[in-house]
Amino acid sequence: MPATVEREKELIARIIAGETNLFHELIRPYERMVYLSILTMLRNEQEAEDAAQEVMINAFRHLKSFRGDAKFSTWLVTIAMNEARQRLRKAKAAQLESLDETREDREGDFTPAVLTDWREIPSEALEKKEMRQKLREAVEQLPPIYREVLVLRDLEELNQEETASALGINITLVKVRLHRARMLLQKMLVPYLRTAAPAKKGFFGRMFQ
Amino acid sequence: MTLECKQVWEHISEFLDQQLDPKLLMDIEKHLENCEVCSAILDSTRNILVLTADNRTYELPVGYSERLHARLEQVIREPAKPKNDSA
Repeated sequence: MPATVEREKELIARIIAGETNLFHELIRPYERMVYLSILTMLRNEQEAEDAAQEVMINAFRHLKSFRGDAKFSTWLVTIAMNEARQRLRKAKAAQLESLDETREDREGDFTPAVLTDWREIPSEALEKKEMRQKLREAVEQLPPIYREVLVLRDLEELNQEETASALGINITLVKVRLHRARMLLQKMLVPYLRTAAPAKKGFFGRMFQ
Repeated sequence: MTLECKQVWEHISEFLDQQLDPKLLMDIEKHLENCEVCSAILDSTRNILVLTADNRTYELPVGYSERLHARLEQVIREPAKPKNDSA
């Protein structure tokens, strides 16, 4: 459970004043967030863990430079995303899908997949393990500039302003990229959702068509 | 105003985030009442987001937290050394 803002401020002040052990407590609520935001960007568990440790160490060493005008969580996630971007740039893959690319007219069809015989995903389908696996794979396939926005908004559930601030982009861009990311995901996942849906009234009719 | 499906699709994300202005929201809701295609797209997208936020979709590696805090403990105990990169 995240500490209150007041409690966090107090912890930060005490850590800076020398009670460094309290840093463990300060970051505990954000361990998951830091790891997952990096994992989804790097797509490698070992490297993500390594990077997450680096992020926390950097946060500790630079805690003094944290200014209380942003939330501590946003500050941390900014460091995490920078670390992930840096590592991505270093990786070969970065040459193929450059993070620096600012063009918004990348390839990709941002219209959703149209469904006709299926109104909603039954909750049983969502409960399936395979479905979660498919979702992770689909997220991995998103171009990094869309992936990073989706991860912060829909996985970490940061708000628009926090996401914009963590990624160093403006809110309009957050909105545009988020929409595209979601539409791409929808398109990628609909085939699995459809087969995962249990037989309904029309099942036999369709089967014998 | 009657909206076409394509126009509705452009606003799905904002619809889900409840960021539409009231007039457009009304038009879209009206469209959704009569359009199974758009309703299905909206539902599927919403469900995908539910799944994304689900804690079980992404799991932490076993021992991650322990290793992290052990590593931090080392750093915390290090005497603050004069660094060149103090920027």
